[in-house]
Parts: sequence; C-alpha cells; structure tokens
Amino acid sequence: MFARYRFTALLAARNREFLRDRTALLWNLIMPVIIVFGFAYAFTQEESKLFTVGVVASSLNGHADSPFAPLFTLRHLQWIAEEDGLLGQQRIERHQWDLLIDPERGAYWVNELSPRGYIVEQLLLASAPEVERHLLSGRPIRYVDWLIPGVLAMNMMFSSLFGVGYTIVRYRRNGVLKRLRATPLTAAEFLAAQVASRLWLIVVTTVAVYLGTHLFVGFPMFGSYLLLLVTLVLGALSMISLSLIVASRLANQEAANGILNLISWPMMLLSGVWFSLEGSPQWVVYLAQLLPLTHLIDAARSIMLEGAGLLQVGHHLGILLLMSALCLALGARLFRWE
Amino acid sequence: MEYSRGAGREDRGAGGLERSPLLEVRALQKHYPNIAAVRGIDLVIPEGICCGLLGPNGAGKTTTVEMLEGLTLPTSGEILYRGQPCGADFRQRAGIMFQSTALPDLLTVRETLELFGAFYRTTRPLAELVERCALEGFLEQETKKLSGGQRQRLLLAIALVNDPEVLFLDEPTTGLDPQARRNFWQLVHSIKAEGKTLLLTTHYMEEAAELCDEVVILDHGKVIAQGSPQGLLRNHFENTVLTLPAATVAEYHDPQLGGPEVLGIYREEREVEVITNDIGCTLKRLLALGVALDGVAVRPPNLEDLYLELTGHKLRP
Repeated sequence: MFARYRFTALLAARNREFLRDRTALLWNLIMPVIIVFGFAYAFTQEESKLFTVGVVASSLNGHADSPFAPLFTLRHLQWIAEEDGLLGQQRIERHQWDLLIDPERGAYWVNELSPRGYIVEQLLLASAPEVERHLLSGRPIRYVDWLIPGVLAMNMMFSSLFGVGYTIVRYRRNGVLKRLRATPLTAAEFLAAQVASRLWLIVVTTVAVYLGTHLFVGFPMFGSYLLLLVTLVLGALSMISLSLIVASRLANQEAANGILNLISWPMMLLSGVWFSLEGSPQWVVYLAQLLPLTHLIDAARSIMLEGAGLLQVGHHLGILLLMSALCLALGARLFRWE
Repeated sequence: MEYSRGAGREDRGAGGLERSPLLEVRALQKHYPNIAAVRGIDLVIPEGICCGLLGPNGAGKTTTVEMLEGLTLPTSGEILYRGQPCGADFRQRAGIMFQSTALPDLLTVRETLELFGAFYRTTRPLAELVERCALEGFLEQETKKLSGGQRQRLLLAIALVNDPEVLFLDEPTTGLDPQARRNFWQLVHSIKAEGKTLLLTTHYMEEAAELCDEVVILDHGKVIAQGSPQGLLRNHFENTVLTLPAATVAEYHDPQLGGPEVLGIYREEREVEVITNDIGCTLKRLLALGVALDGVAVRPPNLEDLYLELTGHKLRP
C-alpha cells in the first residue's frame, strides 16, 4: 500500500539534503555556466577549416550526371545529405551550412550574409555556372547557441545518474536503507520519493542555469517554453530511471561509480553534446538513438534553434516516455534494500 | 522454502502467574548456501521483560534477531507475535536499534526524528522523546556532527518514535566509553519501567547482568542455556573464581596448580583465573607451593565465567 504521507516526508527530507549539500549544489549550478562561457569565448571566433555543403538527397552518391558534378570533385568540403529541403534551408539561414544544393532541380541556396557562403558560391560558379540561385538570409547560429541545449542536458544527465544512483548505493552501503527497511516504508514509496525529489530539483536547477546562461551569453529560443519544459522533465525522468537500474542491487560505491561513468561517457560523446553527429558513420547514429540523452538534446535543440513544435519532436518525447517507463519498471522490480 | 507463517497455535494453558508470551519462536532455522547460521531455536519472550541474547561472533545472534525483526526470512520455523504469525503490521509495533546505522548526513536530529515519525501511524510526541533520550542539547545539530553517545541516544529515540511494544537493541553500547554506557543503561532502565518488552544482544556480560531479566546463550546456531542470570549461575555454576597476578604463578604449570577441586585454569596476559569448587583446598595448595598470595582476589562467579564454562571460550577475546 502506497502511503502519501510517508512519500512526502521522505521527499521533503531528500530535498533538504540536496539543498544543504552546498558543494554538489554549486557544482550543479556553476559547472554548465562555466562550460558555456568557456566555449562562448574559445570557439565562437574560430573558423572551421572545412566548408559544409548540404545536398537535398537521400544519399551523397549518384549525382555524377547532375550539374553539380564538378563540385563533388573538390577537396576540403564536408558533404551532408539531407532529404528535407526546408531543414537544409534553415541550416543556411543559421550559417550552420555554407551552401545547399539540390542536384535534381539544379538549384542552390546561399546566405547572402555569410562570407563563407560567398566563397563556396564562387567555387560552385567556377565549376558549374548554369545552376539556379536562391538567396536566403538570417542571423548566424553561433556554436555556443548550438552548444547550450547540449550542455544543459549533459548537466541534467550527471545530476540524474549520480544524484540518484550513487546516493541509493551509498545508502545501501552505510546502512541507511537497512534502517528505512525496518520501518513501514515500502520500496515503492522510497523509490518514488527519490525520483520525485531529484526530478523537480533538476528541473529547478536547469531553469536557473538556463536563465543565468541567457543573462550572460544570450542565445536564441524560437520554440515553445512549455514544450521545452516537458522535454526537460521527460529527459530527466528517463535518465533518473536509468540510474535506478544501476542502483537496484549494488552496495559498492566504487562499482557504482564505474558503471555510472561507463554510461555517462558514451552519452556525453555520442549524444551530440559537443559536436553534431551529422556525417558520422551510420552505426554511430543508430547507437546514439539508444541513448536517452540523444533524444533529449535533439528535441531541445529543435525546439530552441528551429522552433520545432510537438509534431516535429513528438517521436523524441515518445521514446523518452517509453524509456522512462521501461527503466522505472525494471529498476523497481530489481530493487533490493540490501 | 518450507517456512510456514504460523499454523494454529495450541493453547499452552499458561499458569496464572506466568505472563503471556509477546514473542514466541519455534524451531527456527536459517540456512545460507554454505552455512547453517541458526539450527533450530525455540524461545518464549514474555511481555514486559528484557531478554538478552548472548553469544560469540558467528553464534547466530544477529541472524536470529533479524528474523524476529522481519528483515530476514527464516528457512523454516515459526515466529508468533501475541500468538499470531508476524504480519506486515508488526513493523508498526516494533522499534529497532541496529548495531551500526548511518543516518541521512545533512538532516538535523529534529528533522531525522520527524522523518522517521512520519513513517508510522502512531508516534510519540517529539518533546517526550527528547526528554526520554536526553536529546535537548543537540536537537538542531546535523546528525553527522554527533558524538558516539549522542548518536546512540538518537538511534534509541528513533527506535522509540512509534511508541513500540517491543524494542530490539542490537549491541547498543558497543564502542561507547564507560560513562556513556552507564548513561545509556539508565535510559534502558527507564524504558523497561514503562513496561516495554526488550530484546537485547550484547557482547558485554556486565550489560546483560545489569539489564536483562532473562538471558539466552547461543552457540553454533543453537540455544545452549536460558534463564534468569541468577538462576543460570545457580544451576550451572556453584563455584568460586580465584584471580592471581600472572607473575606470581608464571613458573608453575597448570598440573601443579590444579587438583581434583579445580575446574579450570585460564591464563591471560596479566591475570590467571582458577575456578574451584573448594576455595580452602585450592588456597592451601597454593600456599604449599610457596605462591605469594598478595594479589589474590576471590569473587563469586559472574555471567562471563558461566559463558566461559558453557562455550569454552571468552566472549570478548
């Protein structure tokens, strides 16, 4: 039987503990701001050596007889295939890509405000003069703008995995769980309080970091705040649930630490926190789809940078919800007090 | 698993003077893959007494207590509470103080008590717990900053938070200094005076003698003796203990010191204990050997001696 008074008492106690653990709290709030700040200054000015050209097609092969064929022979260009022409145009508007070509229509798009776009256009015209030109314009999306959703999500990931998983394992090791078990408290009440406490604290700290970062660096937000909030909640829930599985049996803090690192590092590298997976090998892209952080970041970026609505990010949210349900069920099922 | 949670209990027809049992254990066993930790224990704990469970490490004390607390499932046997199998509701009526317990570090003493209080249907008023367990001075302190004695008092208060009918204390004073231990005993006496039933495990015979109305001695997963401390001493042990400074008898071997009336000689670093059933005879022999009797002490046997006699080893090596 689930007693709400026991749940709320534990929830309140856990919240207090979190807020009193000053070091962890400061780390949660300050680290992402520092990272964003560092990157804002370190990378915004740096030009990439490659020019990026998007191709409106399902693949990069088979364009030998298109008017753009000579361009394909040039070196030092990064090619990205994108079937959605409108998305490609948005990349041009945001200065993420330098040129977009459509081999079928023999047309291309370039941002008139982008110096890099200008140079690639000259390369194109020199090699293939008879293609149809479209002009686009828009403020550039800086690397830091693109980075912010990733850093916010990464911060949430660490707080979810270590905040819940590590804490439960420590409780098990030092006997807090044993003491709690000797009371009428049930496992469901205990786990629900841990999840709920961490969930709302993550949402609150993430909102605080979002506002703080916005104040200092300033970044665009084209989408709905409500949708972004829902995305954050589902993302945090899925990763907290994942950590419940890790914490279900372990009593060794070192082992828990190792496993949590084993989960968090691939997520940090493969979920597109620091660099886009566009142009990565297909297996990496597939692997990334298994990670909740990928869906959180993809959805948050689409909402913030592209103004995506529920229709565009719905599948990400659905997957996050499914992952949360599966991990919660499994974590609760595997849970042992000792 | 053949653990039956209580077939119908036959009426034992307890006599008028006998108190009805609060807890009753029948043929309790616990087997782990490599070891039989508890090998058939029967116990009857009447309401309102303090029962002490004694035994060396590995005797099965903790396993037995954890089965009674409902934390470990027995392999077989029955545990009855007021004649009924222990159900989920037993948690509401039991208070438990573990040997070592970490508490949420960053909560104060008051918050910790409020947290644990929230888990139960009935709770004792905070002020009463504070007064009963002498927590006044550090109610607003975080639990990680408490001293050993303060911590034990808080753990006791947590065990009392639901005003339990039965209280389990697992080696409650291990690691405390003598002063803190005596203070803790005072608290236990006052709890006993409220009529609560206590089950205590301890390493300290002195503690068992001070607090327990009844002691149960376990060894190798079985009960080897049971009764009141005085009764046990009377029944098992009508001997006297002679203590000599080790140096005075260092040059003599046991056969020289012993005689038909000597039941055992235990040599320790500084002292030698001679257990005898005829003190006059033993003293005469020592005099005849030329042993200086300056540091000799004669005392009645205590639980420690009884334990030694029953198990063949010292409780605290």
